[in-house]
Amino acid sequence: MNLEFSPEEQAFRNEVRAFIEENYPKQASADSLRDDMSAEELVAWHKILGEKGWSVPAWPEQYGGTGWTPTQRYIWGEENARVNAIMPLPFGVSMVGPVIYTFGNEAQKEQHLPGIRSGDVWWCQGYSEPGAGSDLASLKTTAVRDGDHYVINGQKTWTTLAQHADWGFFLCRTDPDAAKPQEGISFILVDMKTPGIEVRPIKLIDGGYEVNETWLTDVRVPVENLIGEENKGWTYAKFLLAHERSGIAGVARSKRGVEQLREIAKSEVLDGKPLMQDFDFARKVSQLEIDLAALEITELRTLAGEQAGRGPGPESSILKIKGTEIQQRLTELALEAVGHYGTPYYRAVADAGSNEYPIGPDYAQHSAGSYFNMRKTSIYGGSNEIQRNIITKMILGL
Amino acid sequence: MDFNFTDEQTMVRDSLSRLVRENYDFDTRRAAIESESGWRPEIWAQLAELGLLGMPFSEADGGFGGGAIDSLIVMEEFGKGLVVEPFVPTVVCAGGFLKHAGTDAQKAEHIGGIVDGSRIYAFAYAEPRGRYDLADLETTAKRDGESYVLNGHKAVVIGAPWASHLIVTARTSGERRDRDGISVVVVDKSADGIVTRDYPTVDGRRASEVYFENVAVPADALIGEEGNALPLIELVADEAIAALSAEACGAMKVAHEMTVEYSRQRKQFGTPIGKFQVLQHRMVDMFTEYEQSVSMAYLATLRLGEDEHVRKLACAAAKVRIGQAAHHIGQEAIQIHGGMGMTDELAIGHYFKRLTVYDSEFGNVDHHMKRHVALSSS
Repeated sequence: MNLEFSPEEQAFRNEVRAFIEENYPKQASADSLRDDMSAEELVAWHKILGEKGWSVPAWPEQYGGTGWTPTQRYIWGEENARVNAIMPLPFGVSMVGPVIYTFGNEAQKEQHLPGIRSGDVWWCQGYSEPGAGSDLASLKTTAVRDGDHYVINGQKTWTTLAQHADWGFFLCRTDPDAAKPQEGISFILVDMKTPGIEVRPIKLIDGGYEVNETWLTDVRVPVENLIGEENKGWTYAKFLLAHERSGIAGVARSKRGVEQLREIAKSEVLDGKPLMQDFDFARKVSQLEIDLAALEITELRTLAGEQAGRGPGPESSILKIKGTEIQQRLTELALEAVGHYGTPYYRAVADAGSNEYPIGPDYAQHSAGSYFNMRKTSIYGGSNEIQRNIITKMILGL
Repeated sequence: MDFNFTDEQTMVRDSLSRLVRENYDFDTRRAAIESESGWRPEIWAQLAELGLLGMPFSEADGGFGGGAIDSLIVMEEFGKGLVVEPFVPTVVCAGGFLKHAGTDAQKAEHIGGIVDGSRIYAFAYAEPRGRYDLADLETTAKRDGESYVLNGHKAVVIGAPWASHLIVTARTSGERRDRDGISVVVVDKSADGIVTRDYPTVDGRRASEVYFENVAVPADALIGEEGNALPLIELVADEAIAALSAEACGAMKVAHEMTVEYSRQRKQFGTPIGKFQVLQHRMVDMFTEYEQSVSMAYLATLRLGEDEHVRKLACAAAKVRIGQAAHHIGQEAIQIHGGMGMTDELAIGHYFKRLTVYDSEFGNVDHHMKRHVALSSS
């Protein structure tokens, strides 16, 4: 047992670090995620990686994966976090892509995998509905067979960044009379330009627009867009959710976040001294860092298990729970650190015109917004309560 | 990066696990800790036979060339069975001092007896007014010709009633809490001027208050440099922290499993209480705390050989995190067992008590949090 990286892994780190330094588009950083960022800016890195052949590291090599070990993928994640890179969005790369190469037919693989790899096709996820959140299987959107087409009707919600999407993957009910709600669901790929689809933005508590309502009215989709078998969609959906959870711990990014928090707390002043020298505050930062260290080793243990051929099991639910709690506490502490300057509504100031003199320190500008925004993390991807249900069932056996 | 155990380590775990399972069931343990001596020398002999008491020493010194990871494996199994025999004081602490700083003569004098089980050591570091500060010492060792004269009072010395020898931290110069002027000596417990008051501890072990009154100790009993032993003491304390942390993980694992099992059996409102989601989620949180603790025990263990700053940060972090988890899991286990958890006849209460005491050994959560904060800003 040891924590050292092998010489080969070190060499790999040097290689990817050099590549990132040389090729990462400098103006794009997750620090400067703006509302008005164009789709092009958001996928700039994805396209560069697509050309390099590094956009889908975790995929099997025959579909364009890099063949990296889990440890190499971990290093890759760390090196990207160092520059706070805007990574390829998960909807194509880690959600629908694996479903297509695992359950799709040859024509579907040929049609869709290249666009996901290159970043040319933007995907969105049509899972949640107004009445189907944690209880996803109660979804009501229907797909009714009509000759060579399905006709889809219903409403999806929380469709992240659907305003940019070219394609979506949707869960629809194809058998309303199935014995169990899970049994009548199908997994269907939908071209977002199909008539009858309307995407309406939802404004979130941080003032941003990142999710949408997606209304589907008599949307005609060719039957060849069905993945796998009709009424077996729940199996594919669960497979996808397990994929979504791995990597959700966000350890590398949170480590960078702790460094940034320390910098902020060194600039802020309490009792005439840097806030970082205040024991009450420093204690909270240490607690966060300690919890993050535990999470990091837990993730490495999971990776080691994966490397030894034990796939990411229900333990990944622990990574989701602890990872999101840490992400949330990080933004909460940053907001606490900036004191009064957590209060101004910077988005409104930005909307009023960019010639305004800035209010407060730069690092304060995202603090409240980030804190508000990160509350989503314990809700999405299977809420943290659902993760506990999974552990109850799969590990405790209750 | 590698989280696997070697075949040899797996064999050690298996044989120890069998020993604990077959010879350390709850009733046998309870009878032993309530007996006059409070422990079982025959268990110690079995550990010697398995070669575990010689684990940390190099083969040249008469040991088996093991390391911190072996100690982690042993301690985790001990934690599962709530083993009371003094492995940490004798093998980890006394063994650590000898390994890191013992002279050839000292190694020749002490290691053989540790390896064959004939000598037991206790580590007298705590004092009534020193709390968790390893440098806050009122015990003195004054140089007097060819010997030192020890005076002072050491508190809650775990395993001392069973010990033949004591490892004692004392001040050879300077003031209370000075980092300089601290030394370590090894003394025969039967030396003139040593008085002990022995008692049971709440977690089923034995300890002593140890009083030194003009105890003459030969100069060659000094381990390490005179007046400059604090870094050595801190190193050994961190090694003890890693070992105790692994022990706590073993105890937490069993406490959690017992709780889940109990929730399957116990019925209220006509249904097993394990069907209630409010309890399920609490048991999931216990499991999560346990898993994070295992990670921290690994981290502390794997960082013991690193440079001082890295080692100290890891051990402080582990002691904080596992101390918190130990309280959490202990308390929740009792709560979910309900009234039965309050009874002495159920094992769960004994796990709770061991986990409670873990926090105060070599510094509690607050102590190590302060240490972590200080190390982070340096």
